[in-house]
Amino acid sequence: MLGPDIPWYLAISAILFATGIAGVLLRRSPLIVLLSLEIMLNAANLAFVGFSRLFGELDGQIFALAVMAVAASEVCVGLGLIVAMARRNLALDVDSFTELRG
Amino acid sequence: MENFLVWVIWLVAAAACIGTGLRVVTASNPFSSALSLIGNLASLAVLYLLASGEFVAAAQVLVYAGAVMVMFLFVIAYLGGRADAPWAGGTRLFQTASVITAASLLAVTLVAIMLDAGDRLSDEAEITRAFGSPAEIGRLFLTDHLLAFEITSIVLLVAAVGGVVLGMRSEEEALADAEEAA
Repeated sequence: MLGPDIPWYLAISAILFATGIAGVLLRRSPLIVLLSLEIMLNAANLAFVGFSRLFGELDGQIFALAVMAVAASEVCVGLGLIVAMARRNLALDVDSFTELRG
Repeated sequence: MENFLVWVIWLVAAAACIGTGLRVVTASNPFSSALSLIGNLASLAVLYLLASGEFVAAAQVLVYAGAVMVMFLFVIAYLGGRADAPWAGGTRLFQTASVITAASLLAVTLVAIMLDAGDRLSDEAEITRAFGSPAEIGRLFLTDHLLAFEITSIVLLVAAVGGVVLGMRSEEEALADAEEAA
């Protein structure tokens, strides 16, 4: 295989996933939390594509495409929630939603 | 020479990937966060191409960097200044704990990868020219993975219905608007 071996791809995937986790845990704006979630999903996709190349099976790429469809659905619902929050004049701050907290 | 060129392209794409990823998380303006994510997705598409995922790379650019991100930018533009929440939340302890969680997860994963690098993880299978091509992916979607394909369409349908339901005006809202107008 030309260029770097698969472990390099996996390392990038791990770094991206950690970035996404930090974003989800640290940020308060629901928009940024959603964007960080996208980073995490894409990190998983990169690992899928890398492993697919490693084993020479296309199943990993099929899974990556399925993840893309799920991510699109998730963005659709997530953005719908954010717009609904904004229309009810709630503050766009994930820390202020505590009603369902146990 | 060819190998060197691929390495250079890979390194540029990987650096762009990590840089834009960090920018998404650290930028205070949601608009620049979203724009950085587009760069992140585009550089990931380059990495997919280098790992012989041609169709996935094309889908990434079209569906993700295109359609999904346009939706994001629309919502950010719709919210305007209200999208600016305080940068980070929680107590100092919680923030430190978050960073430690992310860093330790990264360390564990990197160590696990390094243990197998050069051994099991560096022994790539031989692939044919058709690997990752749209024809091959399409064939698999309509044969081995037909169920997954159909379930994906149902998931998308449910999400679309969910988006419509969330966007619907409740009766109270409609009443309040009517009173305001009167």
